[in-house]
Amino acid sequence: MQETTANKVAANATSSFTEHLQRDRPELLPFTRPLAGSDLAGQPLQVPHATTIVAMTHAGGIVMAGDRRATMGNIIASRHIEKVFPADQYSVLGIAGTAGIAIDLTRLFQVELEHYEKIEGTLLSLDGKANRLGAMIRGNLPMAMQGLAVIPLFAGFDTAAGVGRLFSYDVTGGRYEEQEHHAVGSGAMFARGALKKLWRPNLTEAEAIAVAVESLYDAADDDSATGGPDPVRQLWPVVYTVNRAGARRVADRELADIAGTIIESRAAARREA
Amino acid sequence: MTQQFYVSPEQLMKDRADFARKGIARGRSVVVVSCEDGIALVAENPSPSLHKIGEIYDKIAFAAVGKYNEFESLRQAGVRYADVRGYSYDREDVTARGLASVYAQSLGAVFTAEQKPFEVELAVAEVGASQDQDHLYRLTFDGSIADEHGFIVMGGQADKVSGAVETGWQRDLSFAGAIRLAVKGLVTDNETADLPAKALEVAVLDRVSESSRGTRRAFRRLTDADVMDLLAEES
Repeated sequence: MQETTANKVAANATSSFTEHLQRDRPELLPFTRPLAGSDLAGQPLQVPHATTIVAMTHAGGIVMAGDRRATMGNIIASRHIEKVFPADQYSVLGIAGTAGIAIDLTRLFQVELEHYEKIEGTLLSLDGKANRLGAMIRGNLPMAMQGLAVIPLFAGFDTAAGVGRLFSYDVTGGRYEEQEHHAVGSGAMFARGALKKLWRPNLTEAEAIAVAVESLYDAADDDSATGGPDPVRQLWPVVYTVNRAGARRVADRELADIAGTIIESRAAARREA
Repeated sequence: MTQQFYVSPEQLMKDRADFARKGIARGRSVVVVSCEDGIALVAENPSPSLHKIGEIYDKIAFAAVGKYNEFESLRQAGVRYADVRGYSYDREDVTARGLASVYAQSLGAVFTAEQKPFEVELAVAEVGASQDQDHLYRLTFDGSIADEHGFIVMGGQADKVSGAVETGWQRDLSFAGAIRLAVKGLVTDNETADLPAKALEVAVLDRVSESSRGTRRAFRRLTDADVMDLLAEES
């Protein structure tokens, strides 16, 4: 009798918000059930897709940046979308893929980390956070099979080791630690090419921000689904930095200057990129 | 077969209430003070890891006296309630009033239906944009709920402590002043004249966490060093 009560209490003790929802309110999860009875293979749903995210390490931590465009087929669904979010005090997350599900997953992930912190009184380790995100992406696999995939890029400051680290994922939730720099989304190929030439070890934070903006500029140059800096609407990429002091969003004014410098230097060079 | 004795409902409830009161009276006190800078929560607690004060949500904190396992399960239930609500509606739809009424219902249900009532007393505090928008709720073991103004004192010697806090409380206290006042109250139920920072658990809800710390989470736990600095500071 005593034994079973103790077992029941232990089984019910969870610090995970996702597990709690799965048990008590499964309808609130973004990835509860596959779409009923529909066979979408061959004709993907027309929903907004988020595109390019880049991230890199630098001397004191990491920088992550995302462009501001969401596309729906050949239409620009949004010029203002934000795809890089702070996950908690020491980590950030960028998302590519189906925007609606990705934004809900991000929200769930943010609550998951905060919930753990409040219940346990301590922060989850960076590897622990990366694994939780992997499990969520795996939970979305049935939707991904129907064309509604979400691919995140996760980065944070490992307070125990004192370094910035990057993690990429595949649709099955596979988690891969990346070195130096990485990019995801439709423009990733071009952004990664730019990063290979622009990134070098021990960049300062300011240099890393400039490299991130420039690699997104190159991605936007060749990928129609990635938006470049937009001086007409005063729209700049969303850039977050994470270092020992925590996550910080880079101010628009700073980004306007950096984007302005890039556009000027490219115009002055008068070359085909 | 043994015959059950008849016990009148009045007697039954009175016995349960006496039982719960005795359990709570053994515990050390907790003081929650609303002040100019926000809300200060101060507990006498020698353990650095078994907390009596906790964060529930952006602007909401929790403090308790009584049996640790019982109020800890209530705290976790509160965090779950708040996170589910904030996730399914919006962060600003989580209020101390909603949380306090859930607590009142669960405490009331346990008091009447379970083998033994919870031997706990809770405070739920929500910091507002101005002092008039602060909410302090006190919840007792039987599920009764009270909306308090200014401060809450709970625990074994609550009357004595409450007297000391009441004489010193003013609207325009700073955090340092509020914490000093709470400590002044807490020492009245002790033999010693002084409480070292190590024997205290102190947390605050910042009224302006967005501008001062860049986060909407107002709850901040103070370290022993912070508390020593605040206590040493002259008003």
